[in-house]
Amino acid sequence: MSSKPPANFWRRTNMGQDVLLPISVFLGLLVIWEAAVQLFNIPVYLLPAPTVIWTETVAIASTIGNHTLATLGTVVVGFFISFAISLPLAVFMTSSPLISSAIYPLLVLTQSIPKVALAPILVVMLGANELPRLVITFLVAFFPLVIAIAVGLLAVPDELIELGRSLKASKFQELYRIRLPYAVPFIFSGLKVAIALAVVGAVVGEFVNADKGLGYMIITATAFFKVPVAFGALILLSIMGVVLFQVVVIIERIFFPWSAANQENTIA
Amino acid sequence: MISIDNLSKVFHSRDGAKVFALEDVSLTVGDNEFITIVGPSGCGKSTLLRLVSGLIQPSSGSVAIDRTIVIEPRQDTGIVFQMPVLLPWATILDNVLFPLKMLGRDVTGGIVKARHLLNMVGLGGFEQKYPRELSGGMQQRAAICRSLIHNPSVLLMDEPFGALDALTREEMALEVLRIWTEEPKTILFVTHSITEAVLLADRVVVMSPRPGRIAEIIDINLPRPRTFEIEAHHEFQKAAQRVRGLIFGNRDEQQTSS
Repeated sequence: MSSKPPANFWRRTNMGQDVLLPISVFLGLLVIWEAAVQLFNIPVYLLPAPTVIWTETVAIASTIGNHTLATLGTVVVGFFISFAISLPLAVFMTSSPLISSAIYPLLVLTQSIPKVALAPILVVMLGANELPRLVITFLVAFFPLVIAIAVGLLAVPDELIELGRSLKASKFQELYRIRLPYAVPFIFSGLKVAIALAVVGAVVGEFVNADKGLGYMIITATAFFKVPVAFGALILLSIMGVVLFQVVVIIERIFFPWSAANQENTIA
Repeated sequence: MISIDNLSKVFHSRDGAKVFALEDVSLTVGDNEFITIVGPSGCGKSTLLRLVSGLIQPSSGSVAIDRTIVIEPRQDTGIVFQMPVLLPWATILDNVLFPLKMLGRDVTGGIVKARHLLNMVGLGGFEQKYPRELSGGMQQRAAICRSLIHNPSVLLMDEPFGALDALTREEMALEVLRIWTEEPKTILFVTHSITEAVLLADRVVVMSPRPGRIAEIIDINLPRPRTFEIEAHHEFQKAAQRVRGLIFGNRDEQQTSS
């Protein structure tokens, strides 16, 4: 596995169509938003203009920076917990049909529980600290990851497994040298979904119990009708989601270029 | 030497029915002999190869390689499947070296041999490419190199050209003959193509389906080295005709009896 990015690393970045077009559409929408708010005199607590959001958010930049870091911490730690638990869980599940049929219904059950409803109960159980937020983030993010990894581990062609067995591979060698590397593209699809969900999970956790974080900020700001600040927090959350997603994409391109290249045609 | 003695394999389908994949097959293959196995779908050709490879165990009878009964995969057996199934994360060179890594043998020492094999099949210069950058035929050539890297004395090929286009197929058949001349081995080669079967083989094993049995073993007394020009040879025509008769004649009988 070479760590050098492939020659076509930037190939997909077609400056005209892929970058400038969406940016100009986005800027156009901002202008329309600003103009509409001014033109129809929409009160600031209903819909603040982009310029108002900007000035009010920048005014409390350092506070909002701390809240952003708090949320980012929960998202990243929760995401790593999800991965650290999903990987062995998927390996365990796919090791035999018996184990799979024993565990899979339980996993589905955890997904049918509405996480928003579970959050206050977890706070009572685990205390008013970071732990329930991390558990919520994990519960929201891990399921698609487990499924993606399990699918990847089982997607190995039968012939490749036979080849391994014909070369006297142990179960561990089969996992380590064939199944896990084969699952890498699937694992990354799962990670891309999980990182987006981890942001959702962290915010849900903060809604229920927190004294910091962007989710907490939205709750307190709206309670005092400081809608522009709430919008500012919302925008920061979106940016955080996009940036974290891109970090996963870039890690895949750098460390597993073959995986990224295989997916290039199927995933935008 | 491979001795196959009264070999039978019964599979149990999910509804409990028994499927006789192979019944009472006996065959002795000499060292460095090229055997092709041809027959309609469901005649147990692939099952026979998997039994010889030790990947599956017989229901009765036995397979012995050099007088040792095969009870598990052996290090001196190489396998080529219908699909190349190369590792997408590894370069062509690393793919060829994969068996050495799995068997815990000296991988660095195998690099020279791997380069030699890749040169032999015309893949010199492609060592650092990834499988997705190669055509299907080139991938299958790499898979053949992979099956040879650990110097197996027995090579099992399960319809290795089944997924290739007709032109590449002919080219590959000659390629295999060349490799076999350069590095003699005992080869069991399963195919659907009668021409391919006759062109390659010392003996063609014709199988009939349900249950899988050997219908006839045909000696091919054609001079070597062979090329496709040999197709015009009288002996070639006769052998091919005989194989065709055994396969399709059999099918006609079944149709009239049912």
